Amino acid sequence: MTQELAEILAPYKGRRGSLIPILQAVQAKLGYLPEEAVVQIARFLGTPESEIYGVLTFYAQFRTSPVGRNLVTVCRGTACHVQGGARILAEVERRLGIKEAETSPDMEYSLETVACLGCCALAPTMVINTEVHGQMTTKKVAELFSKTKGEGQG
Amino acid sequence: MKHVEDSTHINSRGTVFVCGGTGCISSKSDQVRAGLDGEITRLGLAKAFEVKFTGCHGFCQQGPIVHLEPEGILYTHVRPEDVREIAESHLRDGKPVERLFYRDQVTGAPIPYHRDIEFYEKQQRVVLHNCGNIDPEDIDDYSASGGYESMRKALLEMTPEQVIEEIKHSGLRGRGGAGFPTGLKWEFCRKAPGQEKYMVCNADEGDPGAFMDRSILEADPHSVIEGMTIAAYAIGATTGYIYARAEYPLAIRRLRIALSQAQQHGLLGHSILGSGFDFEVEIKEGAGAFVCGEETALMASIEGKRGMPRPRPPFPAQSGLWGKPTNINNVKTLATIPVIISLGAEAFARIGTAESKGTAIFALTGKVANDGLVEVPMGTTLRTIIYEIGGGIPDGKRFKAVQTGGPSGGCLPAELLDLPVDYETLTQAGSIMGSGGMIVVDEDTCIVDFARFFLTFTQAESCGKCAPCRVGTRKMLDILERITRGGGQEGDIDKLQQLAETVRDGSLCALGGTAPNPVLTTLRYFRSEYEEHIRNQRCPALVCKDLVSYYILPDRCQGCMICLRNCPVGAIRGDKRLIHVIDQSKCTHCGTCLDVCPPKFGAVTKVSGEEIEVPHDPIPVSPSK
Ligand SMILES: Cc1cc2nc3c(=O)[nH]c(=O)nc-3n(C[C@H](O)[C@H](O)[C@H](O)COP(=O)(O)O)c2cc1C
Ligand code: SF4
Ligand code: FES
Repeated sequence: MTQELAEILAPYKGRRGSLIPILQAVQAKLGYLPEEAVVQIARFLGTPESEIYGVLTFYAQFRTSPVGRNLVTVCRGTACHVQGGARILAEVERRLGIKEAETSPDMEYSLETVACLGCCALAPTMVINTEVHGQMTTKKVAELFSKTKGEGQG
Repeated sequence: MKHVEDSTHINSRGTVFVCGGTGCISSKSDQVRAGLDGEITRLGLAKAFEVKFTGCHGFCQQGPIVHLEPEGILYTHVRPEDVREIAESHLRDGKPVERLFYRDQVTGAPIPYHRDIEFYEKQQRVVLHNCGNIDPEDIDDYSASGGYESMRKALLEMTPEQVIEEIKHSGLRGRGGAGFPTGLKWEFCRKAPGQEKYMVCNADEGDPGAFMDRSILEADPHSVIEGMTIAAYAIGATTGYIYARAEYPLAIRRLRIALSQAQQHGLLGHSILGSGFDFEVEIKEGAGAFVCGEETALMASIEGKRGMPRPRPPFPAQSGLWGKPTNINNVKTLATIPVIISLGAEAFARIGTAESKGTAIFALTGKVANDGLVEVPMGTTLRTIIYEIGGGIPDGKRFKAVQTGGPSGGCLPAELLDLPVDYETLTQAGSIMGSGGMIVVDEDTCIVDFARFFLTFTQAESCGKCAPCRVGTRKMLDILERITRGGGQEGDIDKLQQLAETVRDGSLCALGGTAPNPVLTTLRYFRSEYEEHIRNQRCPALVCKDLVSYYILPDRCQGCMICLRNCPVGAIRGDKRLIHVIDQSKCTHCGTCLDVCPPKFGAVTKVSGEEIEVPHDPIPVSPSK
């Protein structure tokens, strides 16, 4: 991993304001920010680890624990709220047996929420991995999860 | 809607435009495009037609959208299965496919041409003129519609001071929320001492429920780059940053493509167009913090720190990024710049009202027939936007309120529908123009729950630096949550009012300063709904879960067992041909029974503040049924 990380970090050498892009790049590669990575980033930037944690805990995007094979993100923005987004989230939680910000014990699913996907005209919306699903209903949730289940990275 | 037809580029072929915005792609427009390409080849029509991807039209709910130019025919909800018919009937035989036309929301009549659809007809697309009409990934398309001409004019024919004068003269005010005069802001930065200056585009679009900036970035990224370059020239900046919301991957991808094309064409980089002016742009992805839309927090975030606001002065124009003079503008503000330079300040200033010049761009969503992106002259009434462009409230429901400005804005009632939208009028009414979010709600939205929703958001997003914002929003939220759970007390309304004023007046940045707006406006315009919750534990909109109950009507229930099988907590008793009964002590008010009861029976009902007489135990369905 150290080698892999070193490769991610190399292009940022000597560049100002690169902590957040570095954290983004590392998370994009590893799915989360493990402690060892933070240690190495701290060394690379010559910044105390505490400062790095200060930054990464400030931003909703960063995770410090691994994410499941499928990442499900439900929108809780205003347009989605008005169109019944809370019911969609509740139904996804019920289907997956996990709550928001949790990962299933078999590492199959992680569930997160997002402030808005910018597809508000298709509210309520959710994303499975990278695919956006609009005009969701509890019935569509049921269909999606009987399909996705067991497919792994889908 | 197309302006300039470049013969080398478009020639006499027809163009089939397929929307490639995030919304339409999520409904498989990429497959539609591939299908059309294949069909055109198969039918040997490649000489007559070409297929192009466009960015978001802002009519996402009708997507995927396909339109044909120069004819102007628009198809809605196009599925991959429809492609063959479009190709054979329309492209080959010249017979448009009527079943895919947009249908009038009231009469249901098919409307073939986009110019006749009310949603477009009532708009004045000045800034959005390219959205949906060019391929955002092709710089030649942008140039063919007059793109980069304004930049050429500014950089080669005008001094920076003249550019600033022109923008001041146009009356343009910032579209990011506060409405500060753009020309003046540029002038401060231009006059600030220092060699090194920065130009930042705020593409954080934090308002949940708004997508104006995303649409522009996806549909017309070059217009933002052009506006930004002109701004940089005016203030004297050689480095620019676009701070873009990470949740918008497609917008970011299109921006990257546009930046590299501009670079290749000598429209960015060293001595742009031989003018001697250098400008480089870098994209910074946000990391999911609403407060980072605030200028000083945004700069802290670009510097790689926690995105916390700091007191002003010093203003960014004096001491911004890395202590250097910095100018920050919103995406829409920047996309308007090339329009002003090309139309001329005077022509631009003729659009709109005395104090609010130009057009306003809204993301109209919620309970309206036509959701989408709307551009209208400033001063247009809320009624025109919601009823004429938006097509009114669907399903025969009643309009209840419209929220502008998102979590920082306010909620306006039906009595104010004739207000013109401009900065001052909306502020007087207790709301704000904001960045362009406009959410319509009908009788099915509970106003107290709506206020609670916004407070949940701002409370979670408060950076925690100042106590009134950090603690005050928490206390307000506690009260709102209590009221929606049926624990409201006399005096809660006064307490909310006092807390709201404390938070508003004691916060450092506008997040705290405006967070109470949703509460203040709903207290002002919908007080009786709060009182119903507090005094009678009743939610008139039947939304607050703890205040509603579900009942199965004995004269409707057929004993079909569908609800019984679907109830997640087993709160329903009954059997075949026995009238089902909900055990109120077990019911979690999830509403599943109401959803699954076949509409022809309609046996489940939801009430608040009343009890319905039903049998205690399941009894046989009356034999006459
Ligand atoms: C909490 C908060 C969030 C904001 N979010 C945004 C945003 O997402 N996009 C934006 O353009 N402006 C946002 N603003 C306004 C900006 O601070 C700033 O006024 C604007 O970018 C200036 O550009 P303009 O002069 O072109 O309007 C926000 C302000 C606050 C206080
Ligand atoms: S008002 Fe709120 S968000 Fe703004 S600086 Fe203070 S605590 Fe942070
Ligand atoms: S509010 Fe859900 S996508 Fe915008």
